Amino acid sequence: MNEEKHILSILVDNEPGVLSRIAGLFSGRGYNIESLCVAETLEPKISRITMVTKADSIAIEQIKKQLHKLINTIKVIELTGQDFVQREMVLVKVTAKPENRAEILRIVDIFRCKVVDVGKEHYTIEVTGDEGKINALLSLLRPIGIKEIAKTGIIALNREPK
Amino acid sequence: MEELTGSQILMRSLKAEGVDTIFGYPGGAVIDIYDELARTDIKHILVRHEQGAVHAADGYARASGRTGVCMVTSGPGATNTVTGIASAYMDSIPLVVITGQVPTHLIGNDAFQEVDIVGITRPCTKHNYLLKDAADIAKTIKEAFYIARSGRPGPVLIDLPKDITSKITSYEPVGEIKMKSYNPTYEPNQKQLKKVIDLVLEAKRPVIFAGGGVILSKGSEELTEFARKAQIPVTMSLMGLGAFPGTDPLSMGMIGMHGTYRANMSTGECDLLIGIGVRFDDRVTGKTDSFASQANIVHIDIDPTSIRKNIPVATPVVGDCRCTLKKLNEMLDRSNLDGIGEKRSAWFKQIEQWKSTNPLAYSQGSAIKPQFVVEQLYELTQGEAIITTEVGQNQMWAAQYYHFDKPGHFITSGGLGCMGFGLPAAIGAQVARPDKLVVDIAGDGSIQMNSQEMATAMQYGLPVKIVILNNGYLGMVRQWQELFYEKRYACTQMSTAPDFVKLAEAYGAAGLRASKPEDVIPVLKQGLFELRDRPVIMDFVVEQEESVYPMVPAGAPITEMLLV
Repeated sequence: MNEEKHILSILVDNEPGVLSRIAGLFSGRGYNIESLCVAETLEPKISRITMVTKADSIAIEQIKKQLHKLINTIKVIELTGQDFVQREMVLVKVTAKPENRAEILRIVDIFRCKVVDVGKEHYTIEVTGDEGKINALLSLLRPIGIKEIAKTGIIALNREPK
Repeated sequence: MEELTGSQILMRSLKAEGVDTIFGYPGGAVIDIYDELARTDIKHILVRHEQGAVHAADGYARASGRTGVCMVTSGPGATNTVTGIASAYMDSIPLVVITGQVPTHLIGNDAFQEVDIVGITRPCTKHNYLLKDAADIAKTIKEAFYIARSGRPGPVLIDLPKDITSKITSYEPVGEIKMKSYNPTYEPNQKQLKKVIDLVLEAKRPVIFAGGGVILSKGSEELTEFARKAQIPVTMSLMGLGAFPGTDPLSMGMIGMHGTYRANMSTGECDLLIGIGVRFDDRVTGKTDSFASQANIVHIDIDPTSIRKNIPVATPVVGDCRCTLKKLNEMLDRSNLDGIGEKRSAWFKQIEQWKSTNPLAYSQGSAIKPQFVVEQLYELTQGEAIITTEVGQNQMWAAQYYHFDKPGHFITSGGLGCMGFGLPAAIGAQVARPDKLVVDIAGDGSIQMNSQEMATAMQYGLPVKIVILNNGYLGMVRQWQELFYEKRYACTQMSTAPDFVKLAEAYGAAGLRASKPEDVIPVLKQGLFELRDRPVIMDFVVEQEESVYPMVPAGAPITEMLLV
């Protein structure tokens, strides 16, 4: 069966060990986590986990049920298939030799990103967007020379009716 | 508000839950709790190994229908409980396990007898807690018991650092618990029930497949009523034995790898399979593609993760088994059931034919047959004993040849398949049911895994009976080696074992031995009845290379059985 990407938004008790229960569930049952993003919600006792996982239709049903079964899980929402917005932030450390700097700044401008740190031979660029935008930016910067990147993983919320 | 120590609050909280017995083993980290425990009227059963404490609490829970409680110290005390907890988790047995922990300021320091038991048991408990504040004890105990026994039951572990057990804090009893994140579904969806009733009325070849969930929900009477009203034959998983009377004409016995011929064949041929409180595990289904392949499958279970985990289900019903069956019975009462028996007469004839052509059978020989021992045990106890088992051939013969008419009488490590389970479980069952004859059907291999608990049985005057089917092998593995590994018996021969009669005597118990078929009945009579007041080991020296049949090779369709 076809594995597809699913974005899950999971509300959990904000307690020690909860993340470990979720990570343990995935490793113990052989599911995979593509990315994971966790932080407190407006209610300090509740955290939101945004998770991207790849699974076929049978496995994703199990994953959602198993997540819900954990005592600390309050709600499991699958965003995939709904109308939702997603964002990810990436810091890209790119080699910035004098001959490339203008080119880098042009790309930064086109993609509406920011240079957040300037070193002797490197720029660090902050980019926010969906997967498509980020991949496009990275593919343009790669020939110039990317030293390293840090990604936040996807965060997402469903859209409210217009 | 009263000012109490953490240990006092713990005792008050346990009393509030109605706890009358704790199975445990003291140690440094729980010494304050034990000091307080000794001042209460809660009975403490001192086991000889912490694994025994958990199995005993498991046996106690199954024989009494209540939540079992155990208490152990930190570090090795805690790690020794893991096998027992995993077994209870697989079989959905409600337990509360209290482990000591090093003082809070030492946690993470690799202190003496420190282990991260909450981390270790996370995947094999329903939930677990590490407490860091004495003020949380009362609420956590309340929550732990609620979680352990509600929904799909399971073990809950509470790790208590030593300093909070002696810390004084104010205590207030906790009222009812309501949890935002945990709210099991008991009431089934009415629309789904309507579909089930329609299927039941239409089916020509229906089968009910009942499991441990029926017993756990205390729904055996409702199941029996449902099966008889709707005229549907019943097969049971190992965990489901006793959920429906094994001697009822509608009973087809156990399903699966060592299930009866008619149970497995009927599952292959049925047009409707109603799974109730089961999880369709691999020992039941065999090859999943061909499992009940002609049937519309209905699955009733309180745990949504059980549904569609292993096999596709056309009609899922999430709900408590008892509650669901009760509603189905009411709906049947309002339905037209005229001629329902006749509609299925060809089906019953077919099942009868499978039964008569391939019944459970073995041949007598000059050596004692293990099946004969179990059969005679059944006859002599008239099916009234509580039977616990170890794991392997002994367990399968117990399941096949002892017929269980009532729930709570067959106590076995079904899911985990944990050798060493039977004796401590028998001890727990005997504590719960002092009026009952409790018999552990064991093998010579398994019994050696927890035989130290004989001392526990002696200390508390618990007259459990141990029937050892002694074949000198790890019999089930030997059987696989015989059938699938060209009789290469790699490491399955136990050429050295203690003299079990002397072993019993060393503990001050009685030991008996039968070596010839004609000794079986006299030894059973003496061990079960004449020596009723004390623990007895009965060592039956049986045919060494006897195998359990029918057998479905691992991964084959369950309709493809090796027969005797």
